[in-house]
Amino acid sequence: MRCVAAVMPVETRMDISADLLINAIVAGLLLGGFYAAVTAGVSISFGMLDIVNIAHPAFIILGSYIAYFFNINYGVDPIIVSIMALPAFYALGAAVYQVYYQSFEKRGQESLRGLAFFFGLLFVTEVSLILVFGVDYRYVEAAYIGPSIHIGLIDMPLRMLVPCLVALAIFGALELFVTRTFIGRAIMAVSQDQLALQLMAADPIRIKRIAFGVSIATASMAGALLIIIQPVEPSVGREYIGRVFAICVLGGLGSMPGTLIAALLLGVVESLTSTFYGPSWAPAVAFGLLLLTLAFRPAGLLGR
Amino acid sequence: MNTFSFSVIATTVGLAVLAFAHWLGLDYFYFAGYTILQFIVLATAWNILGGYCGYVNFGSAAFFAMGAYSSVFMHKFYPLPVPVLVVIGAVVTGIVGFGMGYLTLRLRGAFFAIATLAMAVVLQTLVINWEYVGGSRGAYIIRPERLEFAGITINYIEYLFVLMLILTVIALATARAIERSQLGFGFATIRDDELAAEACGVPTLRLKLIATTLSGAFMGMAGAPFPYYIGYLQPQSAFGLEYAVNSIAMPMIGGTTSWVGPLIGAILLGSAQQYATVTISSAVNLLIVGLMLVAFVIIAPNGLIGLVQERLRRRQP
Repeated sequence: MRCVAAVMPVETRMDISADLLINAIVAGLLLGGFYAAVTAGVSISFGMLDIVNIAHPAFIILGSYIAYFFNINYGVDPIIVSIMALPAFYALGAAVYQVYYQSFEKRGQESLRGLAFFFGLLFVTEVSLILVFGVDYRYVEAAYIGPSIHIGLIDMPLRMLVPCLVALAIFGALELFVTRTFIGRAIMAVSQDQLALQLMAADPIRIKRIAFGVSIATASMAGALLIIIQPVEPSVGREYIGRVFAICVLGGLGSMPGTLIAALLLGVVESLTSTFYGPSWAPAVAFGLLLLTLAFRPAGLLGR
Repeated sequence: MNTFSFSVIATTVGLAVLAFAHWLGLDYFYFAGYTILQFIVLATAWNILGGYCGYVNFGSAAFFAMGAYSSVFMHKFYPLPVPVLVVIGAVVTGIVGFGMGYLTLRLRGAFFAIATLAMAVVLQTLVINWEYVGGSRGAYIIRPERLEFAGITINYIEYLFVLMLILTVIALATARAIERSQLGFGFATIRDDELAAEACGVPTLRLKLIATTLSGAFMGMAGAPFPYYIGYLQPQSAFGLEYAVNSIAMPMIGGTTSWVGPLIGAILLGSAQQYATVTISSAVNLLIVGLMLVAFVIIAPNGLIGLVQERLRRRQP
C-alpha cells in the first residue's frame, strides 16, 4: 500500500475542496474497473501461463479499431461489435499460441526470442493500423456517450460508468470460468504443474492454447471499452503496457481478486494524480508502482 | 588476434570509409552514414546485454533519448564540445542502466524486460513535463555550419560522422574484447543456464549489472550527438519506437552470439531503411523491419550468421 502513502500529502492539503477529491476518487474507481478488464487477459497469459505477451495492448487497440470500423460504417454499438468479434479474437489467440509454442516454447527459447517475437507483433500491429487508419484520433458514437448521472456531489459520466460495469461483468465471468469450469481448473493446474497435468491424461498444450485464446478474446472487449472511454490512435497501446503489467505484478501473478484490487488502486492513484498534478503526469504513476512493487514485494499484494 | 590489432584493423577500415566519403564529397552520404553508424553502436550495445547475457532490453529508445537529452541540457546549461557531451551522456545512461538493473535483475528476466518498456514511457513523461529541455514542444539546437579545428575548417556533419565512426570502432572493439574475456564467458553462462551458473559460483548479479551499465552507457553515447545531428529534438522522435525495434531487430537478424551479428544486421537493415525512406515511405519501412524481426526469430533463430554457419557445417563431410 505504499502508493497510497505517496498520495497522502495531497489529501491532507486543506485548500482542496472535498467534492473535487470525492469525484476524483469515484472517477478513479470507474477507471480502475476498466483497467481490470484490460488486465484480465494478461493476468491469464502472463500470470498463469508464464507467457510474457507484451503485444496484448496491441490486440486491445486492434479491438478498438474493429469496434470503430463497424460503429462508423454500420452504426452498430461498439460493445455488441466486440462480443461478435470474440470468436475471431479467440482464434487469433490460439493461432498465435501455436506459433509461439512451435517456435519458442518447445525449443526452450521463450526468454529471448519469444519476447522479441511478441515485441515484433506489437510493432507490426501498430504500424499496420497506422497504415490503414492513419495517426488521427478515432472515436465511436453511442447513446451513452455524453450524458452523466448526478448523485449528490458525485458526477458519473455514462461513458465511464458503462465500460466499468461491462468490465466488471467480464471480470466476474472470467473468475467463474477459471474457478468453476473444468477447463478453467485445468488452466490453473497447468500454471502450477504442467507435468502433473500430463500424467492426468490432459494435454497441457491444448489447455494452454485455449487459455491463450481466451486471454486474447478479452482484448476484443477491452478494446471496445477503451474507445468508448477515450479517442484512440494506434500508439495509445504503449501507455497500457506499463499499466497492465504493473497491475498484474502488483496484484500477484495470476490472482484474479488481486488483479481487481490492484486495478482499482491504480485507477484511483492515477485519477488523483491527474486531478491534482495534471494529466500529463498520469502515465508515470503505473511505472512508479511497478518499480516499487518489483523492488519491495515482487510477489504482489495477494501473491502465492 | 588480440584486441589491440583488432582495433588497429577496425580503425583502418574506418579511415577507408572516411576517405571514401571524403572522395565522394556528398553531404547526403554523411547524413545517411551517420544514421547507420549510430544503429551499429545501438545494436552492439543492445547485444552486450541481450545477446551475451540473454536479457531483453526494450528501452533502447529511452537510453538513446536520455543521452540526447543530457546533451540538450548541457547545451542550455553550459555548452561543451560534443565529445565531452558523449562522455557525459555515457555516464548518465550508465548510472540509469545500473539503477534499473539493481532494482529488477534479481527477479526473472521477464520483469527486467517489462520494466525497461515501462521506463521508456515514464522517462518520456518526465521529459514532456520538463520545460527546461523544451518539454513537449521540443528543443532547437543551432549547429554551426563549419568547424575550425587546428587550423583546418571542416564541415560540421563530417565532424559528427567522424565522431560516430570513432564511437563505432570503440563499441565494436569493446564487444569483441568482452566476447573473448572471462567476463564474456561469465555472460554466456548466464545466458545458457543462470541457475547452474549461480550454483557454480558465478557472481551472476554482479555480471548482469556490469552488462546493463555497459550497454546503457553505449546507448547513451550513441544518443549524445543526436541533437546536433538533427537540429531539433522532440520527445516523440527521441523516444520513437523505431530505435527500440531496430536495436532489437538488427542483432536478431544478424546473429546475437558474436559482435559480427549486430554489425551485419545494422548495415543491412540500416541501409535498406535509408533506401526505403527515400523511395517508399517511412511507415512502410518500419513495417518491413517488424515483419523481418518476427520472421527471423521464427525461421532463423541464430540470424544470418547462424544460417552461414549451418551451411558451412553441412558442406564439411
